Amino acid sequence: MTQAILEVRDLHKHYPGVNAVNGIDFAVRPGICFGLLGPNGAGKTTTIEMLEGITKPTAGEIRYKGEIQGARFRQEAGIQFQSTALQDFLTVRENLKFFSSLYPHSLPLDELVAICRLEDYLDRDASKLSGGQRQRMLLALALVNDPDVVFLDEPTTGLDPQARLNFWELVNKIKARHKTVLLTTHYMEEAYNLCDEIVIMDHGKIIAHGSPDTLLATHFQDVIIELPERDFPEAAKIIPHRYLDKVTGTVEIITQDVNATLGLLIHHGASLAGLQVRPRTLEDLFLALTGKELRA
Amino acid sequence: MIKRIWATFYARSLEFLRDRSTLGWNFILPIALVFGLAFVFSGDGQPLFKVAVVAQSAEHPFLHTEHVEFYEVTPDAVDATVRKVGRHQVDMLLDLRDESARYWINSDSQNGYFLEKLLQHSGGTALQPQSVQGAEIRYVDWVVPGILGMNLMFSCLFGVGFVIVRYRKSGYLKRLNATPLSATEFLLAQIASRLALVVVVTTIVFTGTNLFMHFTMEGSYWNLLLVLVLGAFTLIALSLVVAARVSSEELAGGLLNLLTWPMMVLSGVWFSMEGTNPVMQWVSQLSPLTHILSAARAIMLDGAGLADIGVQLLVLVAMAALFLVIGTLSFKWTTE
Repeated sequence: MTQAILEVRDLHKHYPGVNAVNGIDFAVRPGICFGLLGPNGAGKTTTIEMLEGITKPTAGEIRYKGEIQGARFRQEAGIQFQSTALQDFLTVRENLKFFSSLYPHSLPLDELVAICRLEDYLDRDASKLSGGQRQRMLLALALVNDPDVVFLDEPTTGLDPQARLNFWELVNKIKARHKTVLLTTHYMEEAYNLCDEIVIMDHGKIIAHGSPDTLLATHFQDVIIELPERDFPEAAKIIPHRYLDKVTGTVEIITQDVNATLGLLIHHGASLAGLQVRPRTLEDLFLALTGKELRA
Repeated sequence: MIKRIWATFYARSLEFLRDRSTLGWNFILPIALVFGLAFVFSGDGQPLFKVAVVAQSAEHPFLHTEHVEFYEVTPDAVDATVRKVGRHQVDMLLDLRDESARYWINSDSQNGYFLEKLLQHSGGTALQPQSVQGAEIRYVDWVVPGILGMNLMFSCLFGVGFVIVRYRKSGYLKRLNATPLSATEFLLAQIASRLALVVVVTTIVFTGTNLFMHFTMEGSYWNLLLVLVLGAFTLIALSLVVAARVSSEELAGGLLNLLTWPMMVLSGVWFSMEGTNPVMQWVSQLSPLTHILSAARAIMLDGAGLADIGVQLLVLVAMAALFLVIGTLSFKWTTE
């Protein structure tokens, strides 16, 4: 069996009056994208900061390549924090050169620039980049040392959909280089598309762990039928349902037998023109497990 | 290690040099003060006579003369005060001790001439005249180390302490903490960067203003440079103590003001602490700026050598070491 690149054993972090992390265990296999999900206050930021070596655990241990996290980890890890300030008045090139100088081994600047597509902004003041450009530069800073493990803490928060898709492409490039990626995100779609394995945390504990498809298959054997409220006649309301969105007037029916439910809807005079059948998503799983909306 | 320190030093120096407004202010303030004070004090000055007295408790009718400022000095300070008479900083020195009743005036000084006439007509015990010679030290000669020292103090304390707090608050230190850069390496780079910049800026300001003002310089420029480097190092180390853990710029600003204002008032930037309350004189010895200015003035005005300013240099070394140890040991990367 391949040795885990990161192992977490009985990890705790207590702040005065708060148990942020309450004894969690997991291992991260090398070369995968590992997602850490959870509602606000679940303990995921504290967990990732302990994994990054920024915050000291109250108890428990973190092993990197079988060793207690130490100097080797700092040399071989790349980190992109959720929000990172840099020195004022430095260009993208100067920032990249500076961070490269802090490591014994670093990627050639040209290669780094090509991976993160920074060619057009190299001599621009880093404070004058757009949101997407800045995230690409911060990713480049996380990759300067050609790390074995890359931490990405909510890297696409605040980006427009196009910039987010571009960033996903970069993360896939990193995965293609056989790097291990630890990702926290608020976007379930992002976690589903990028992560090979996820853990969902709540109240400082892990409440689910596995691949997204396995977790969905384990927790759900049903699908969801959505149709506009105007197409849902009074007679059809004997079918168990709920109003998904009062503003747009969408009705949601959860069923394990799509054919039988569709038959019932037709029988009661429902129109199928605006009807959609969709499988369960990570968002549904998240809501089912935590009872909270992720973006709240 | 050297590579990392150099990279951090270079990045910080670039940041400072490209911040045109801050860089400009570092030049404009001291130059404006030097020329402004030179202009203000370029006239004949106030007709005030200043007389130092040893054994002031002795009764002498001259001590009741109006419009003369008398201040007491100890017998140990006679030699130093005689030098001040020679530089026109003190108009007369009276030694009223029975066994050596004497007075000193500068034979080139108008004030000394008039005071001698007043003394001779005041009655009382006859005093033995002593004559001293020497060119007048202008106020600007005396105050220029104070102005440059004050600029040095603000630049070192705010330029390092405030910047580190800003880095911590913005999360930049947290990002650096995720690299192999150690706290010692980071702090050494910050010290080296600021030290290099303040030494260059102060040297340029001093040299530039000296071209027009022709300051009195009795000692060695190398010794003055040594005082500048050691003084700046001590002040930067002091700023590390303030910046070690604070993550609020407002608190850091308050703490730095709490340090700088008493230092500016009590360290002899604008006026000599001689003749002030002894408690205040003792408190002033706690300020690194007091020792920097005392050493700089001794070199410039008295031609003091390294041995003469040994005490000030040792005090600065001890203060720097203490501040550096406290600042480094208590340093935190994050706001946690």
